[in-house]
Amino acid sequence: MATAVSILPAQQLATLEDAYRKSVARKRLKAALATAAFCAVLVIAAFGAEVNLRTLFTYFGNFVSYFDRILTLDSGARVWTDPAEWFWGWHKWLKMLGETILISYVGTLTGAVLAFALNFFAAQNTSPGPWVRFTIRRLLEFARTVPGIVFALIFVIAFGLGPMAGVLAIAIHTTGALGKLFAEIVENADMKPVEGIRSTGASWLSCMRFAVLPQVSAGYASYALLRFEINVREASVMGFVGAGGIGQELVVAIRKFYYSDVSAILVTIIITVFIIDISTGWLRGRLFGKETRR
Amino acid sequence: MSQMPRPDTAELRAKYPGVFERPASARLAMPVMIVAALAIFVFGLVDLDFSPSKLISGLGQLGWITMLMLPPNPGASLPLYMQALGETLSIAVLGTTLAAILALPVSLLAAHNIIPSNLIRFPVRRFLDSIRGVDTLIWALVWINVVGLGPFAGVLAIMVSDFGAFGKLFSEAIEAADRKQVEGIRASGGSALHEIRFGLLPQVLPVIAGQVLYFIESNTRSATIIGIVGAGGIGLQLAEQIRVLEWQKVSFLILMILIAVAAIDFISSKLRFAIIGQRAVV
Repeated sequence: MATAVSILPAQQLATLEDAYRKSVARKRLKAALATAAFCAVLVIAAFGAEVNLRTLFTYFGNFVSYFDRILTLDSGARVWTDPAEWFWGWHKWLKMLGETILISYVGTLTGAVLAFALNFFAAQNTSPGPWVRFTIRRLLEFARTVPGIVFALIFVIAFGLGPMAGVLAIAIHTTGALGKLFAEIVENADMKPVEGIRSTGASWLSCMRFAVLPQVSAGYASYALLRFEINVREASVMGFVGAGGIGQELVVAIRKFYYSDVSAILVTIIITVFIIDISTGWLRGRLFGKETRR
Repeated sequence: MSQMPRPDTAELRAKYPGVFERPASARLAMPVMIVAALAIFVFGLVDLDFSPSKLISGLGQLGWITMLMLPPNPGASLPLYMQALGETLSIAVLGTTLAAILALPVSLLAAHNIIPSNLIRFPVRRFLDSIRGVDTLIWALVWINVVGLGPFAGVLAIMVSDFGAFGKLFSEAIEAADRKQVEGIRASGGSALHEIRFGLLPQVLPVIAGQVLYFIESNTRSATIIGIVGAGGIGLQLAEQIRVLEWQKVSFLILMILIAVAAIDFISSKLRFAIIGQRAVV
């Protein structure tokens, strides 16, 4: 059963095709211009970053052989043939790893509590006044834009070497990041319960406690857990600047070329990060149902 | 005015026991969790050598440092800092772009609708996961060992660590793409490569472009960090000035970073909206 497809008269077709070609040509020109501009930016960036392809080609072998070296024991055997020798320092490393997790835990909790205290002032619908909101927002922005490790560098000088500087740095960064996210959750909350509670003559504090908090607490906990995950990674490098945790061991191993130690510590960090990721993901799924799992 | 009939509480209780009497496990779960969280917190404070005296003297020091930071003043090194800032931006742009270019083909291998076989997809995904498990700073240290100190090591570090992140994000974008276009291409006799080029790429490219721009933004921050371990850029200057306690220069550098990040934020969000239309995909 063949049905003929009706074809437009040639004249009508020609105008349509012409319009089509024109619009495609305009699109292509735009794309070409954007690509050219982008390439120009890249070339400028390449000069700015002192990219030297010859260096890369000369030393790329080093990159590959670096992994070869960190996977070789002092005796010349492959690391996985002798796990006892590879993880000779596991006792010390596990202790440092525990410290790393504690740093991120204490930092996350402190930051989350601070963010919790501040976010109602920063959210548009609950803030008591525009000036308070503006100030708190700028404070949170500052806390989240300055990288955690910069805070750590400064805190190490103020509080001395050790995990305390790391905890405080993570706490401040977490306050900034969570404060913004928390405020966004509050802004999405339904305002009708607030009006209901206010109409009974309740104070601002009771409005927040009984109308907003029940709506937002699940979202808060979910974001805080997610942040904990991120902070474990962050805490693992705090040691680079002397702020405690496993990073200290790692940076010593890298700088002093203890090759097999580097791979052993990296493996322990990666495994820990995996375990934390999976368990917080599971916990979030358990606590808040499937839809909040990211 | 008529009065509502009083509800019969006893009957309601019998009908909906779950509403009136929550099981003990549900009532106890919250307090137990809070107590456990607090217990770990206190243990952490003790284990990490927190002491009030240390905290107070540290806060005093910090207040003193803040006083010394004001007003921000670059001294005579402003041109040097501007150059360092340019270096940082270059590192971010170049590292992110290279990562995106490298990650695109690999992400195809990790996407469920391109490679249905678990045999390839699983190792590729775990490979990307392990790359992401290692922090950018660690990659920077490794690359410094290979190509020496300087911004080039920073570019490579950002490239490698973002490669892991992009691989995952791109493959998710590809998996979320609509099958219909791809099937249409296949129905008209296109090869597998045609399906990817004409069926898939037009759908995912805007999403990918948005993600790349977003990462350039966040990498401006990362690029300042990796300078601290010696991979060039403004972070190097910052770490040096902190070590020699030149606080006015430190605060000026921090201010420069904040302004640069805000500027990049602004530009890239404008570009992102231009590319993907008014809906925020990322």
